[in-house]
Amino acid sequence: MANSIVEVRNVAKSYRRGSMKIPVLENITLDVPAGEFMALMGPSGSGKSTLLNLIAGIDRPDSGSIIVANDDVTKLSESRMANWRSRHIGFVFQFYNLIPVLTAYENVELPLLLTKLSKKERNEHVKTALGVVSLGDRMKHYPKQLSGGQQQRVAIARAIVADPTLIVADEPTGDLDKVSATEILTLLERLNHEFKKSIILVTHDQRAADKAHTVRHLDKGELV
Amino acid sequence: MKIFKLIFKNVLRHPLRTLLTFLGIAIVTFAFGFIRTAISAWYAGVEASAQNRMVTLNATSLMFPLPLAYREKIAQISGVQSVGIGNWFGAYYKDPKDFFANFAVDDKYLEMYSEFVLPPEQLAAYEQERNACIIGRKLANRFGWKLGDIVQLTGTIYYGQWDFVIRGIYDGANATTDETAFLFHWEYVNERLKQESPELADYIGWFVIQIANGVNPVAVGEAIDANFKNSPAETKTDTERAFNLSFISMAGTIMTAMEIISIVVVLIILLVLANTMAMTARERMSEYAVLKTLGFRPFHLVSLIGGESLLIALGGFAVGLGMLFYIFKNFAVVITKLSNGFFGIFNLTNNTIALTFASALLVGVVAAIFPAWRAVRMRIADGLHRIA
Repeated sequence: MANSIVEVRNVAKSYRRGSMKIPVLENITLDVPAGEFMALMGPSGSGKSTLLNLIAGIDRPDSGSIIVANDDVTKLSESRMANWRSRHIGFVFQFYNLIPVLTAYENVELPLLLTKLSKKERNEHVKTALGVVSLGDRMKHYPKQLSGGQQQRVAIARAIVADPTLIVADEPTGDLDKVSATEILTLLERLNHEFKKSIILVTHDQRAADKAHTVRHLDKGELV
Repeated sequence: MKIFKLIFKNVLRHPLRTLLTFLGIAIVTFAFGFIRTAISAWYAGVEASAQNRMVTLNATSLMFPLPLAYREKIAQISGVQSVGIGNWFGAYYKDPKDFFANFAVDDKYLEMYSEFVLPPEQLAAYEQERNACIIGRKLANRFGWKLGDIVQLTGTIYYGQWDFVIRGIYDGANATTDETAFLFHWEYVNERLKQESPELADYIGWFVIQIANGVNPVAVGEAIDANFKNSPAETKTDTERAFNLSFISMAGTIMTAMEIISIVVVLIILLVLANTMAMTARERMSEYAVLKTLGFRPFHLVSLIGGESLLIALGGFAVGLGMLFYIFKNFAVVITKLSNGFFGIFNLTNNTIALTFASALLVGVVAAIFPAWRAVRMRIADGLHRIA
């Protein structure tokens, strides 16, 4: 498909548990157009997080190809993959995954430490990102001083600070109350709308899926 | 923010755990440095040995004397420049526990030991007085003795009370020079022996021989010993270094045990720090997974874990070294006294500092290897699963 930011072709993935091979994904083919906000839904164990990890280049498929931002991530070495992730992917996790000993500012700054930006430039980027998530006044707060919703917003700021090609979010509202979840979803929607970010969202939550342009369902390792 | 800041913040994440590990390393550094210093002190005599000095003693044992008459014969042997005499006196001051080395020597002996630095006027005063003595600076400090003081020693080999007047206090030319010796005129002892114990008179403990530059000491030693072959008191001549080594080898087992202990304490703290780092890394696997997800490379993780381990190890080393300096600066006299003079030279040498630093560095590096290896090998997906 033309203008796809993600092209998944005939991807299969299985895990080994002892001598047993457990198939997780089978023959998955998927296209995500640039600027898309796609939700992946499915029951637990359906393979949606695994698919997200494969697209994000933090795991490798057994077979098939995954092209993201014109790079076949299945063919990159570990080292190049790490570099690729830092340039193209912004992650948002269910449990925020902030470093507890770093302030909101320092957490957001982390991905920029891998770039050649000067301290002043990093400062500008971090403040902009925290401004986008409306946490400009919480820069010096540590994660434990923030609510769950605020922590997730810091995580989103960290995900967008390096201006990635694609944002992947794995159950970003799964650990939040209803109000905070709505805030996060609104924020993701804004990132897609206003900042034209491509987003793939894994969720169980129908309300979250309703915010997406398209919804794909996974069941027993297959797209349905 | 740089990686170092994250390392520093990680170190302070569990203050109590870090503090205990830190203190453990500081104490081990202190113990290691102290033991190594004690070993160095024991071998200081060997380090201080001169290349051109040899020692001739009775071939049977150091306990057996040699006739004074040998001196002239030795002096005539080719390569011998000067011959001095020394005799272990074995007396004590007030209390037998207050041990310090005391020797009866002649003037040639003092000439040869140029590392005993003495003002000329003090040397002149010593030479002019029959019962004068010269003492090392540390010995003077230990007992609070000063020039002109009369010191009475009680003999254990040469019985009776022996009075000496302190006419000289010498300083060591370098750090390994023994500054705890008590030296006096052999003639003074010999004259009294002639009257009180004539059978002991005109016998000495050993000869110190200065050889000319470029002369083979082995050949000189063989020539001396050949000279007294089949005599009632055969001799054994060796370099001063070999002599000192054979003398201290009597306590060789103790020194070996101390060396083993010094290695064991380092191994113990290695296990303690390795355990701390393993616990730390295990707790932070999910964070390492997140960092990897963000694009951080294996060397970043190795830097984080290794940096934290090194910071604790080298921080502990710095505190331990500070403790060593403080103790040695302020309690050197006490240490000498507590060891009954056993450790007269108790200096923290550069070698000991370097060895202690190397041990701390090694502990810091080795303790980080396993946790860093685990973090590097961990699959990101596995690390992220640890969060829930």
